[in-house]
Amino acid sequence: MTSARSSFFAAALADPHAIAVRHPEIFRIDWATRAKVVGTVVVSFGIAAAAVVFLDIEWQRVLTGFTRLGRFVAVMLPPTYGDTDKLVLYLHAMLETIAIAFLGTLLASVLALPFGFLAARNVVAQKLIHFVTRRGLDAIRSVDKLIWALIWINVVGLGPFAGVLAIMTSDFGLFGKLFSEAIEAADQKASEGVVSSGGGHLHRVRFGLLPGVLPVLIGQVLYQMESNTRSATIIGIVGAGGIGAHFQEQIRLNEWQHVAFLTLLMLITVAVIDYVSTKVRFAIIGTDKLNATH
Amino acid sequence: MRTSLATVPALPPLRLAQLEGQYAGAIGAKRAKTFVGLALVVGMIGFSAIFGEVDLVKFFSHITAFTSYIGRIFVLDSGPHSGQLTIADPVEWFWGIARWSRLIGETILIAYLGTFVGGIVAFFAAFLAARNLVQSQVVLFIVRRLLEFCRTVPEIAFAMIFVVAFGFGPLPGVLALAIHTTGALGKLFFEVVENADLKAMDGLTSTGATWVASVRFAVMPQVLSNFVSYALLRFEINVREGAIMGLVGAGGIGQDLIEAIRKFYYSDVSAILVLIVITVSVIDLATEALRSRLISREAGH
Repeated sequence: MTSARSSFFAAALADPHAIAVRHPEIFRIDWATRAKVVGTVVVSFGIAAAAVVFLDIEWQRVLTGFTRLGRFVAVMLPPTYGDTDKLVLYLHAMLETIAIAFLGTLLASVLALPFGFLAARNVVAQKLIHFVTRRGLDAIRSVDKLIWALIWINVVGLGPFAGVLAIMTSDFGLFGKLFSEAIEAADQKASEGVVSSGGGHLHRVRFGLLPGVLPVLIGQVLYQMESNTRSATIIGIVGAGGIGAHFQEQIRLNEWQHVAFLTLLMLITVAVIDYVSTKVRFAIIGTDKLNATH
Repeated sequence: MRTSLATVPALPPLRLAQLEGQYAGAIGAKRAKTFVGLALVVGMIGFSAIFGEVDLVKFFSHITAFTSYIGRIFVLDSGPHSGQLTIADPVEWFWGIARWSRLIGETILIAYLGTFVGGIVAFFAAFLAARNLVQSQVVLFIVRRLLEFCRTVPEIAFAMIFVVAFGFGPLPGVLALAIHTTGALGKLFFEVVENADLKAMDGLTSTGATWVASVRFAVMPQVLSNFVSYALLRFEINVREGAIMGLVGAGGIGQDLIEAIRKFYYSDVSAILVLIVITVSVIDLATEALRSRLISREAGH
Protein backbone atom coordinates (compact mmCIF):
# COMPACT_ATOMS: atom_id res chain seq x y z
CA MET A 1 0.00 0.00 0.00
CA THR A 2 2.60 2.48 1.11
CA SER A 3 4.97 1.57 -1.65
CA ALA A 4 2.20 1.82 -4.24
CA ARG A 5 1.41 5.27 -2.94
CA SER A 6 4.99 6.49 -2.91
CA SER A 7 5.54 5.18 -6.41
CA PHE A 8 2.39 7.04 -7.46
CA PHE A 9 3.78 10.28 -6.00
CA ALA A 10 7.17 9.59 -7.59
CA ALA A 11 5.52 9.16 -10.98
CA ALA A 12 3.44 12.30 -10.48
CA LEU A 13 6.43 14.41 -9.46
CA ALA A 14 8.52 13.07 -12.32
CA ASP A 15 6.20 14.69 -14.81
CA PRO A 16 4.26 17.59 -13.25
CA HIS A 17 3.28 18.77 -16.68
CA ALA A 18 1.25 15.59 -17.25
CA ILE A 19 -0.85 16.37 -14.17
CA ALA A 20 -1.53 19.82 -15.49
CA VAL A 21 -2.71 18.31 -18.77
CA ARG A 22 -4.89 15.74 -17.01
CA HIS A 23 -6.54 18.22 -14.60
CA PRO A 24 -6.74 21.49 -16.51
CA GLU A 25 -9.55 22.90 -14.31
CA ILE A 26 -7.23 22.94 -11.27
CA PHE A 27 -4.26 24.45 -13.07
CA ARG A 28 -6.23 26.98 -15.08
CA ILE A 29 -5.18 30.50 -14.19
CA ASP A 30 -8.08 32.51 -12.81
CA TRP A 31 -7.35 35.80 -14.58
CA ALA A 32 -10.41 37.62 -13.23
CA THR A 33 -9.46 37.06 -9.57
CA ARG A 34 -5.82 37.77 -10.29
CA ALA A 35 -6.66 41.04 -12.01
CA LYS A 36 -8.77 42.07 -9.03
CA VAL A 37 -5.99 41.30 -6.55
CA VAL A 38 -3.26 42.94 -8.63
CA GLY A 39 -5.56 45.90 -9.33
CA THR A 40 -6.28 46.40 -5.60
CA VAL A 41 -2.59 46.23 -4.74
CA VAL A 42 -1.61 48.64 -7.53
CA VAL A 43 -4.36 51.12 -6.60
CA SER A 44 -3.52 51.06 -2.88
CA PHE A 45 0.20 51.55 -3.56
CA GLY A 46 -0.67 54.24 -6.12
CA ILE A 47 -2.71 56.23 -3.57
CA ALA A 48 0.11 55.83 -1.05
CA ALA A 49 2.63 57.17 -3.59
CA ALA A 50 0.32 60.08 -4.42
CA ALA A 51 -0.04 60.80 -0.70
CA VAL A 52 3.74 60.90 -0.28
CA VAL A 53 3.97 63.44 -3.11
CA PHE A 54 1.02 65.57 -2.00
CA LEU A 55 2.10 65.61 1.67
CA ASP A 56 5.56 66.68 0.55
CA ILE A 57 7.36 63.90 2.40
CA GLU A 58 11.08 63.99 1.62
CA TRP A 59 13.26 60.99 2.37
CA GLN A 60 16.00 63.28 3.58
CA ARG A 61 13.71 64.59 6.31
CA VAL A 62 12.61 61.07 7.22
CA LEU A 63 16.23 59.98 7.63
CA THR A 64 17.41 62.97 9.67
CA GLY A 65 14.23 62.67 11.74
CA PHE A 66 14.89 59.06 12.57
CA THR A 67 18.50 59.72 13.56
CA ARG A 68 17.29 62.53 15.84
CA LEU A 69 14.59 60.22 17.23
CA GLY A 70 17.26 57.60 17.90
CA ARG A 71 19.23 60.17 19.88
CA PHE A 72 16.12 61.05 21.92
CA VAL A 73 15.54 57.38 22.73
CA ALA A 74 19.19 57.04 23.77
CA VAL A 75 18.94 59.94 26.23
CA MET A 76 15.59 58.63 27.55
CA LEU A 77 17.44 55.89 29.43
CA PRO A 78 17.22 55.42 32.28
CA PRO A 79 13.73 56.87 32.87
CA THR A 80 13.63 59.10 35.93
CA TYR A 81 11.31 61.47 37.73
CA GLY A 82 13.92 63.79 39.17
CA ASP A 83 13.16 64.62 42.80
CA THR A 84 10.36 63.53 45.12
CA ASP A 85 8.40 66.73 44.61
CA LYS A 86 8.15 65.96 40.90
CA LEU A 87 7.14 62.36 41.67
CA VAL A 88 4.30 63.54 43.92
CA LEU A 89 3.23 65.96 41.18
CA TYR A 90 3.23 63.21 38.55
CA LEU A 91 1.38 60.70 40.74
CA HIS A 92 -1.23 63.31 41.60
CA ALA A 93 -1.68 64.03 37.89
CA MET A 94 -2.06 60.30 37.24
CA LEU A 95 -4.80 59.99 39.90
CA GLU A 96 -6.44 63.00 38.28
CA THR A 97 -6.27 61.15 34.94
CA ILE A 98 -7.97 58.08 36.43
CA ALA A 99 -10.61 60.29 38.03
CA ILE A 100 -11.32 61.99 34.68
CA ALA A 101 -11.65 58.65 32.91
CA PHE A 102 -13.88 57.11 35.59
CA LEU A 103 -16.23 60.03 36.07
CA GLY A 104 -16.41 60.82 32.35
CA THR A 105 -17.28 57.22 31.48
CA LEU A 106 -19.84 56.94 34.30
CA LEU A 107 -21.62 60.19 33.44
CA ALA A 108 -21.63 59.31 29.74
CA SER A 109 -23.22 55.92 30.38
CA VAL A 110 -25.89 57.36 32.70
CA LEU A 111 -26.77 60.07 30.15
CA ALA A 112 -26.70 57.67 27.21
CA LEU A 113 -29.03 55.07 28.73
CA PRO A 114 -32.33 56.84 27.94
CA PHE A 115 -31.06 57.81 24.48
CA GLY A 116 -30.01 54.24 23.81
CA PHE A 117 -33.61 53.17 24.36
CA LEU A 118 -34.87 56.07 22.28
CA ALA A 119 -32.64 55.09 19.35
CA ALA A 120 -33.55 51.40 19.54
CA ARG A 121 -36.02 50.22 16.92
CA ASN A 122 -37.70 47.70 19.20
CA VAL A 123 -38.47 50.32 21.87
CA VAL A 124 -39.47 53.39 19.88
CA ALA A 125 -41.24 52.45 16.67
CA GLN A 126 -41.31 56.09 15.49
CA LYS A 127 -38.89 56.18 12.54
CA LEU A 128 -38.24 59.92 12.72
CA ILE A 129 -37.31 59.85 16.43
CA HIS A 130 -34.68 57.19 16.11
CA PHE A 131 -33.32 58.59 12.87
CA VAL A 132 -32.79 62.00 14.49
CA THR A 133 -31.41 60.44 17.68
CA ARG A 134 -28.97 58.22 15.77
CA ARG A 135 -27.65 60.97 13.47
CA GLY A 136 -27.33 63.30 16.44
CA LEU A 137 -25.34 60.71 18.38
CA ASP A 138 -23.15 60.10 15.30
CA ALA A 139 -22.39 63.81 14.96
CA ILE A 140 -21.43 64.10 18.64
CA ARG A 141 -19.19 61.06 18.31
CA SER A 142 -17.34 62.29 15.25
CA VAL A 143 -16.07 65.37 17.12
CA ASP A 144 -12.95 64.31 19.01
CA LYS A 145 -12.59 64.42 22.81
CA LEU A 146 -9.85 67.04 22.53
CA ILE A 147 -12.18 69.36 20.61
CA TRP A 148 -14.93 68.84 23.18
CA ALA A 149 -12.35 69.61 25.87
CA LEU A 150 -11.50 72.91 24.17
CA ILE A 151 -15.20 73.80 24.07
CA TRP A 152 -15.84 72.81 27.71
CA ILE A 153 -12.82 74.85 28.84
CA ASN A 154 -14.75 77.90 27.64
CA VAL A 155 -17.53 76.89 30.05
CA VAL A 156 -15.90 75.64 33.27
CA GLY A 157 -12.38 76.95 32.79
CA LEU A 158 -9.06 75.09 32.65
CA GLY A 159 -8.68 71.96 34.75
CA PRO A 160 -9.74 68.33 35.05
CA PHE A 161 -13.47 69.09 35.27
CA ALA A 162 -13.39 70.16 31.61
CA GLY A 163 -11.73 66.82 30.85
CA VAL A 164 -14.50 64.92 32.66
CA LEU A 165 -17.13 66.79 30.65
CA ALA A 166 -15.25 66.25 27.37
CA ILE A 167 -15.08 62.47 27.86
CA MET A 168 -18.71 62.50 28.98
CA THR A 169 -19.86 64.33 25.83
CA SER A 170 -17.90 62.28 23.34
CA ASP A 171 -18.76 58.93 24.91
CA PHE A 172 -22.39 59.92 25.27
CA GLY A 173 -22.49 59.64 21.47
CA LEU A 174 -20.61 56.34 21.47
CA PHE A 175 -22.63 54.70 24.25
CA GLY A 176 -25.92 55.88 22.76
CA LYS A 177 -25.04 53.99 19.58
CA LEU A 178 -23.64 50.89 21.33
CA PHE A 179 -26.55 50.72 23.79
CA SER A 180 -29.21 51.02 21.10
CA GLU A 181 -27.56 48.21 19.13
CA ALA A 182 -27.38 46.00 22.23
CA ILE A 183 -31.03 46.69 23.02
CA GLU A 184 -32.06 45.87 19.45
CA ALA A 185 -30.14 42.58 19.67
CA ALA A 186 -31.83 41.63 22.96
CA ASP A 187 -33.94 38.50 23.23
CA GLN A 188 -37.60 39.45 22.67
CA LYS A 189 -39.10 36.46 24.50
CA ALA A 190 -39.08 38.10 27.92
CA SER A 191 -40.76 41.23 26.48
CA GLU A 192 -43.45 39.12 24.83
CA GLY A 193 -44.02 37.37 28.14
CA VAL A 194 -44.53 40.66 29.96
CA VAL A 195 -46.89 41.95 27.27
CA SER A 196 -48.89 38.70 27.18
CA SER A 197 -49.49 38.89 30.93
CA GLY A 198 -50.93 42.39 30.52
CA GLY A 199 -47.85 44.61 31.01
CA GLY A 200 -47.74 48.05 29.43
CA HIS A 201 -44.99 49.52 27.27
CA LEU A 202 -42.91 50.75 30.20
CA HIS A 203 -43.34 47.41 32.01
CA ARG A 204 -42.03 45.71 28.89
CA VAL A 205 -38.92 47.90 28.82
CA ARG A 206 -38.30 47.71 32.58
CA PHE A 207 -38.98 44.00 33.21
CA GLY A 208 -38.62 42.46 29.76
CA LEU A 209 -35.64 44.34 28.24
CA LEU A 210 -33.60 45.96 31.00
CA PRO A 211 -32.64 42.84 33.03
CA GLY A 212 -31.37 41.15 29.86
CA VAL A 213 -29.37 44.02 28.41
CA LEU A 214 -28.02 45.65 31.57
CA PRO A 215 -25.08 43.22 32.02
CA VAL A 216 -24.16 43.68 28.35
CA LEU A 217 -24.27 47.46 28.69
CA ILE A 218 -22.16 47.38 31.87
CA GLY A 219 -19.65 45.21 30.00
CA GLN A 220 -19.40 47.78 27.21
CA VAL A 221 -18.95 50.61 29.71
CA LEU A 222 -16.15 48.76 31.53
CA TYR A 223 -14.50 47.94 28.21
CA GLN A 224 -14.55 51.63 27.31
CA MET A 225 -12.93 52.53 30.67
CA GLU A 226 -9.54 51.34 29.39
CA SER A 227 -9.78 53.36 26.18
CA ASN A 228 -10.86 56.43 28.15
CA THR A 229 -7.92 56.13 30.52
CA ARG A 230 -5.71 56.43 27.45
CA SER A 231 -7.69 59.44 26.21
CA ALA A 232 -7.49 61.05 29.65
CA THR A 233 -3.70 60.76 29.62
CA ILE A 234 -3.50 63.18 26.67
CA ILE A 235 -6.47 65.45 27.30
CA GLY A 236 -4.12 67.63 29.39
CA ILE A 237 -2.39 68.97 26.27
CA VAL A 238 -5.27 71.39 25.76
CA GLY A 239 -5.43 72.19 29.48
CA ALA A 240 -8.17 69.81 30.59
CA GLY A 241 -6.29 68.13 33.44
CA GLY A 242 -4.39 64.90 33.92
CA ILE A 243 -0.88 63.78 33.10
CA GLY A 244 -0.92 65.13 29.51
CA ALA A 245 0.14 68.64 30.49
CA HIS A 246 3.29 67.32 32.21
CA PHE A 247 4.03 65.07 29.22
CA GLN A 248 3.84 68.03 26.85
CA GLU A 249 5.88 70.27 29.15
CA GLN A 250 8.69 67.74 29.56
CA ILE A 251 8.91 67.33 25.76
CA ARG A 252 9.19 71.12 25.41
CA LEU A 253 11.92 71.21 28.08
CA ASN A 254 13.81 68.41 26.29
CA GLU A 255 13.72 66.36 29.51
CA TRP A 256 13.60 63.02 27.72
CA GLN A 257 14.20 60.94 30.86
CA HIS A 258 11.06 62.46 32.36
CA VAL A 259 9.15 61.81 29.13
CA ALA A 260 10.20 58.16 29.33
CA PHE A 261 9.12 57.97 32.98
CA LEU A 262 5.72 59.50 32.19
CA THR A 263 5.25 57.09 29.27
CA LEU A 264 6.01 54.15 31.59
CA LEU A 265 3.56 55.55 34.14
CA MET A 266 0.88 55.75 31.42
CA LEU A 267 1.57 52.18 30.26
CA ILE A 268 1.38 50.79 33.80
CA THR A 269 -1.81 52.71 34.62
CA VAL A 270 -3.57 51.62 31.44
CA ALA A 271 -2.50 48.00 32.07
CA VAL A 272 -3.83 48.13 35.65
CA ILE A 273 -7.15 49.69 34.59
CA ASP A 274 -7.44 47.10 31.81
CA TYR A 275 -6.79 44.28 34.29
CA VAL A 276 -9.29 45.57 36.86
CA SER A 277 -12.04 46.30 34.34
CA THR A 278 -11.63 42.85 32.74
CA LYS A 279 -11.86 41.23 36.20
CA VAL A 280 -15.03 43.19 37.01
CA ARG A 281 -16.51 42.33 33.62
CA PHE A 282 -15.86 38.65 34.26
CA ALA A 283 -17.52 38.95 37.67
CA ILE A 284 -20.61 40.67 36.28
CA ILE A 285 -21.38 38.94 33.02
CA GLY A 286 -19.37 35.72 33.09
CA THR A 287 -16.89 34.36 30.58
CA ASP A 288 -19.33 33.07 27.96
CA LYS A 289 -21.19 36.34 27.52
CA LEU A 290 -17.97 38.33 27.62
CA ASN A 291 -16.90 36.91 24.29
CA ALA A 292 -20.33 37.43 22.80
CA THR A 293 -20.25 41.19 23.37
CA HIS A 294 -17.43 41.71 20.90
CA MET B 1 -60.52 29.93 36.24
CA ARG B 2 -61.20 29.06 39.85
CA THR B 3 -61.53 25.35 39.16
CA SER B 4 -58.30 25.19 37.20
CA LEU B 5 -56.50 26.97 40.00
CA ALA B 6 -57.88 24.51 42.49
CA THR B 7 -56.32 21.66 40.59
CA VAL B 8 -52.82 23.03 41.21
CA PRO B 9 -51.49 20.89 44.03
CA ALA B 10 -50.38 22.85 47.10
CA LEU B 11 -46.87 22.19 48.40
CA PRO B 12 -46.51 20.77 51.90
CA PRO B 13 -45.92 23.70 54.26
CA LEU B 14 -42.55 22.40 55.38
CA ARG B 15 -41.26 22.15 51.79
CA LEU B 16 -42.74 25.57 50.98
CA ALA B 17 -40.93 27.16 53.91
CA GLN B 18 -37.71 25.49 52.82
CA LEU B 19 -38.04 26.79 49.24
CA GLU B 20 -38.96 30.26 50.39
CA GLY B 21 -35.94 30.27 52.64
CA GLN B 22 -33.69 29.32 49.72
CA TYR B 23 -35.28 32.00 47.54
CA ALA B 24 -34.81 34.67 50.20
CA GLY B 25 -31.22 33.53 50.66
CA ALA B 26 -30.45 33.73 46.92
CA ILE B 27 -32.09 37.14 46.58
CA GLY B 28 -30.31 38.33 49.71
CA ALA B 29 -26.92 37.22 48.37
CA LYS B 30 -27.58 38.98 45.07
CA ARG B 31 -28.72 42.15 46.85
CA ALA B 32 -25.64 42.08 49.08
CA LYS B 33 -23.41 41.80 45.98
CA THR B 34 -25.22 44.67 44.28
CA PHE B 35 -24.94 46.71 47.46
CA VAL B 36 -21.17 46.14 47.73
CA GLY B 37 -20.81 47.04 44.06
CA LEU B 38 -22.81 50.23 44.51
CA ALA B 39 -20.78 51.18 47.60
CA LEU B 40 -17.57 50.76 45.57
CA VAL B 41 -18.95 52.88 42.73
CA VAL B 42 -20.01 55.60 45.18
CA GLY B 43 -16.55 55.50 46.76
CA MET B 44 -14.93 55.86 43.31
CA ILE B 45 -17.27 58.75 42.53
CA GLY B 46 -16.17 60.50 45.71
CA PHE B 47 -12.49 59.95 44.90
CA SER B 48 -12.98 61.10 41.30
CA ALA B 49 -15.01 64.14 42.27
CA ILE B 50 -12.14 65.31 44.49
CA PHE B 51 -9.32 64.58 42.02
CA GLY B 52 -11.39 65.69 39.03
CA GLU B 53 -12.03 69.01 40.80
CA VAL B 54 -15.74 68.69 40.13
CA ASP B 55 -17.45 71.96 40.87
CA LEU B 56 -21.19 71.58 40.46
CA VAL B 57 -21.94 75.16 41.45
CA LYS B 58 -19.66 76.41 38.69
CA PHE B 59 -21.08 73.81 36.31
CA PHE B 60 -24.69 74.81 36.82
CA SER B 61 -23.99 78.54 36.89
CA HIS B 62 -21.98 78.27 33.66
CA ILE B 63 -23.94 75.57 31.83
CA THR B 64 -25.74 78.22 29.78
CA ALA B 65 -22.31 79.21 28.45
CA PHE B 66 -22.12 75.76 26.82
CA THR B 67 -25.47 76.00 25.07
CA SER B 68 -24.88 79.61 24.12
CA TYR B 69 -21.42 78.69 22.77
CA ILE B 70 -22.98 75.98 20.61
CA GLY B 71 -25.56 78.53 19.45
CA ARG B 72 -22.96 81.26 19.02
CA ILE B 73 -20.79 79.29 16.58
CA PHE B 74 -23.75 79.10 14.22
CA VAL B 75 -24.01 82.88 13.96
CA LEU B 76 -22.12 84.88 11.33
CA ASP B 77 -19.63 87.53 12.48
CA SER B 78 -19.06 89.41 9.25
CA GLY B 79 -20.51 90.05 5.82
CA PRO B 80 -23.94 91.45 4.86
CA HIS B 81 -25.72 88.83 7.00
CA SER B 82 -23.63 89.50 10.11
CA GLY B 83 -25.52 88.57 13.25
CA GLN B 84 -27.80 86.12 11.47
CA LEU B 85 -27.68 82.36 11.50
CA THR B 86 -24.83 80.92 9.41
CA ILE B 87 -27.31 79.12 7.17
CA ALA B 88 -28.48 82.53 5.87
CA ASP B 89 -25.26 83.00 3.91
CA PRO B 90 -23.47 79.70 3.21
CA VAL B 91 -20.89 81.42 1.00
CA GLU B 92 -19.83 83.71 3.84
CA TRP B 93 -19.99 80.79 6.33
CA PHE B 94 -17.66 78.62 4.23
CA TRP B 95 -15.49 81.53 3.05
CA GLY B 96 -12.33 79.46 3.56
CA ILE B 97 -13.65 76.38 1.75
CA ALA B 98 -10.69 76.24 -0.68
CA ARG B 99 -8.09 76.14 2.11
CA TRP B 100 -10.20 73.92 4.36
CA SER B 101 -10.89 71.34 1.66
CA ARG B 102 -7.17 71.16 0.95
CA LEU B 103 -6.56 70.56 4.66
CA ILE B 104 -9.35 67.97 4.82
CA GLY B 105 -7.72 66.26 1.83
CA GLU B 106 -4.41 66.38 3.68
CA THR B 107 -6.10 64.84 6.74
CA ILE B 108 -7.50 61.97 4.66
CA LEU B 109 -4.10 61.35 3.03
CA ILE B 110 -2.37 61.38 6.44
CA ALA B 111 -4.91 58.83 7.64
CA TYR B 112 -4.48 56.75 4.48
CA LEU B 113 -0.69 56.72 4.57
CA GLY B 114 -0.68 55.99 8.31
CA THR B 115 -3.09 53.10 7.85
CA PHE B 116 -1.14 51.84 4.82
CA VAL B 117 2.29 51.83 6.46
CA GLY B 118 0.95 50.58 9.80
CA GLY B 119 -1.07 47.88 8.04
CA ILE B 120 1.98 46.57 6.16
CA VAL B 121 4.09 46.39 9.33
CA ALA B 122 1.19 44.81 11.22
CA PHE B 123 0.78 42.27 8.40
CA PHE B 124 4.30 40.92 8.88
CA ALA B 125 4.22 41.23 12.65
CA ALA B 126 0.96 39.28 12.90
CA PHE B 127 2.48 36.06 11.52
CA LEU B 128 5.34 36.39 14.01
CA ALA B 129 2.94 36.93 16.91
CA ALA B 130 0.57 34.05 16.14
CA ARG B 131 0.87 31.22 18.64
CA ASN B 132 -0.10 28.56 16.10
CA LEU B 133 2.65 29.51 13.62
CA VAL B 134 5.62 30.42 15.82
CA GLN B 135 7.10 28.01 18.32
CA SER B 136 9.72 30.32 19.80
CA GLN B 137 8.39 31.85 23.03
CA VAL B 138 11.03 34.57 22.83
CA VAL B 139 9.86 35.80 19.40
CA LEU B 140 6.21 35.68 20.49
CA PHE B 141 6.94 37.60 23.68
CA ILE B 142 8.98 40.34 22.00
CA VAL B 143 6.60 40.91 19.07
CA ARG B 144 3.53 40.91 21.31
CA ARG B 145 5.02 43.36 23.83
CA LEU B 146 6.09 45.66 21.00
CA LEU B 147 2.60 45.65 19.52
CA GLU B 148 1.15 46.32 22.98
CA PHE B 149 3.46 49.30 23.43
CA CYS B 150 2.48 50.70 20.02
CA ARG B 151 -1.23 50.56 20.75
CA THR B 152 -1.19 51.69 24.39
CA VAL B 153 0.63 54.98 23.87
CA PRO B 154 -1.92 57.39 22.33
CA GLU B 155 -1.35 58.61 18.74
CA ILE B 156 -1.17 62.21 19.84
CA ALA B 157 1.58 61.42 22.39
CA PHE B 158 3.69 59.88 19.59
CA ALA B 159 2.85 62.88 17.41
CA MET B 160 4.15 65.31 20.05
CA ILE B 161 7.50 63.51 20.20
CA PHE B 162 7.72 63.15 16.41
CA VAL B 163 7.00 66.84 15.86
CA VAL B 164 10.20 67.61 17.78
CA ALA B 165 12.21 65.01 15.83
CA PHE B 166 10.81 65.53 12.32
CA GLY B 167 9.61 69.14 12.44
CA PHE B 168 6.09 70.49 11.89
CA GLY B 169 3.90 69.15 9.06
CA PRO B 170 2.09 66.01 8.01
CA LEU B 171 5.12 63.68 8.35
CA PRO B 172 5.01 63.30 12.18
CA GLY B 173 1.23 62.82 11.93
CA VAL B 174 1.64 60.00 9.40
CA LEU B 175 4.28 58.27 11.54
CA ALA B 176 2.25 58.62 14.76
CA LEU B 177 -0.82 57.10 13.12
CA ALA B 178 1.33 54.39 11.48
CA ILE B 179 2.82 53.30 14.82
CA HIS B 180 -0.50 53.23 16.64
CA THR B 181 -2.10 51.42 13.69
CA THR B 182 0.67 48.81 13.76
CA GLY B 183 -0.19 48.03 17.38
CA ALA B 184 -3.96 48.04 16.95
CA LEU B 185 -4.10 46.13 13.65
CA GLY B 186 -1.26 43.78 14.68
CA LYS B 187 -3.36 42.49 17.57
CA LEU B 188 -6.52 42.05 15.46
CA PHE B 189 -4.48 40.41 12.66
CA PHE B 190 -2.75 37.83 14.84
CA GLU B 191 -6.05 36.90 16.44
CA VAL B 192 -7.40 36.21 12.92
CA VAL B 193 -4.32 34.12 12.11
CA GLU B 194 -4.72 32.15 15.33
CA ASN B 195 -8.27 31.28 14.32
CA ALA B 196 -7.19 30.06 10.86
CA ASP B 197 -7.56 26.40 9.94
CA LEU B 198 -4.07 24.86 9.94
CA LYS B 199 -4.84 21.67 8.00
CA ALA B 200 -3.72 23.25 4.73
CA MET B 201 -0.53 24.42 6.47
CA ASP B 202 0.18 20.85 7.63
CA GLY B 203 -0.38 19.63 4.08
CA LEU B 204 2.11 22.07 2.59
CA THR B 205 4.70 21.51 5.31
CA SER B 206 4.46 17.75 4.71
CA THR B 207 5.42 18.26 1.05
CA GLY B 208 8.59 19.98 2.18
CA ALA B 209 7.51 23.59 1.71
CA THR B 210 9.35 26.20 3.76
CA TRP B 211 7.62 28.10 6.58
CA VAL B 212 7.26 31.22 4.44
CA ALA B 213 5.78 29.28 1.51
CA SER B 214 3.37 27.42 3.78
CA VAL B 215 2.17 30.65 5.39
CA ARG B 216 1.84 32.28 1.96
CA PHE B 217 -0.25 29.56 0.34
CA ALA B 218 -2.05 27.97 3.30
CA VAL B 219 -2.73 30.76 5.81
CA MET B 220 -2.81 33.97 3.77
CA PRO B 221 -5.77 33.04 1.55
CA GLN B 222 -7.83 32.40 4.70
CA VAL B 223 -7.01 35.62 6.51
CA LEU B 224 -6.53 38.27 3.81
CA SER B 225 -10.14 39.40 3.50
CA ASN B 226 -10.42 39.77 7.28
CA PHE B 227 -7.20 41.79 7.29
CA VAL B 228 -8.55 44.16 4.63
CA SER B 229 -11.82 44.52 6.51
CA TYR B 230 -10.03 45.47 9.75
CA ALA B 231 -7.70 47.84 7.88
CA LEU B 232 -10.70 49.68 6.39
CA LEU B 233 -12.23 50.00 9.86
CA ARG B 234 -8.94 51.39 11.14
CA PHE B 235 -8.76 53.86 8.25
CA GLU B 236 -12.08 55.31 9.37
CA ILE B 237 -10.76 55.69 12.96
CA ASN B 238 -7.54 57.24 11.63
CA VAL B 239 -9.47 59.90 9.70
CA ARG B 240 -11.02 61.00 13.03
CA GLU B 241 -7.59 60.94 14.69
CA GLY B 242 -6.00 62.69 11.72
CA ALA B 243 -8.42 65.57 12.25
CA ILE B 244 -6.82 66.36 15.63
CA MET B 245 -3.16 65.82 14.69
CA GLY B 246 -3.00 69.51 13.83
CA LEU B 247 -3.53 70.36 17.51
CA VAL B 248 0.13 69.51 18.15
CA GLY B 249 1.37 70.70 14.76
CA ALA B 250 1.30 67.36 12.98
CA GLY B 251 -0.68 68.43 9.90
CA GLY B 252 -4.27 68.27 8.73
CA ILE B 253 -7.38 70.33 9.48
CA GLY B 254 -6.78 70.37 13.26
CA GLN B 255 -4.40 73.30 12.98
CA ASP B 256 -7.08 75.63 11.62
CA LEU B 257 -9.70 74.27 14.02
CA ILE B 258 -7.69 74.93 17.17
CA GLU B 259 -6.80 78.39 15.88
CA ALA B 260 -10.48 79.16 15.23
CA ILE B 261 -11.47 77.95 18.72
CA ARG B 262 -8.65 79.77 20.53
CA LYS B 263 -9.14 83.04 18.64
CA PHE B 264 -12.96 82.91 18.87
CA TYR B 265 -13.63 82.85 15.10
CA TYR B 266 -17.06 81.45 15.97
CA SER B 267 -18.57 80.74 12.55
CA ASP B 268 -15.27 79.21 11.36
CA VAL B 269 -15.45 76.71 14.23
CA SER B 270 -18.86 75.48 13.11
CA ALA B 271 -17.85 75.47 9.43
CA ILE B 272 -14.78 73.32 10.10
CA LEU B 273 -16.68 71.03 12.46
CA VAL B 274 -19.41 70.55 9.85
CA LEU B 275 -16.74 69.69 7.26
CA ILE B 276 -15.15 67.17 9.64
CA VAL B 277 -18.49 65.54 10.51
CA ILE B 278 -19.40 65.28 6.80
CA THR B 279 -15.98 63.84 5.88
CA VAL B 280 -16.07 61.28 8.68
CA SER B 281 -19.62 60.22 7.74
CA VAL B 282 -18.72 59.86 4.05
CA ILE B 283 -15.60 57.81 4.85
CA ASP B 284 -17.69 55.81 7.32
CA LEU B 285 -20.30 54.98 4.65
CA ALA B 286 -17.68 54.24 1.98
CA THR B 287 -15.63 51.84 4.11
CA GLU B 288 -18.85 50.23 5.36
CA ALA B 289 -19.96 49.60 1.75
CA LEU B 290 -16.53 48.17 0.83
CA ARG B 291 -16.50 45.94 3.91
CA SER B 292 -19.99 44.56 3.33
CA ARG B 293 -19.03 43.78 -0.30
CA LEU B 294 -15.93 42.02 0.98
CA ILE B 295 -17.89 40.01 3.53
CA SER B 296 -20.67 39.06 1.07
CA ARG B 297 -18.03 37.86 -1.40
CA GLU B 298 -16.53 35.81 1.40
CA ALA B 299 -19.93 34.30 2.21
CA GLY B 300 -20.60 33.56 -1.49
CA HIS B 301 -17.58 31.28 -1.74
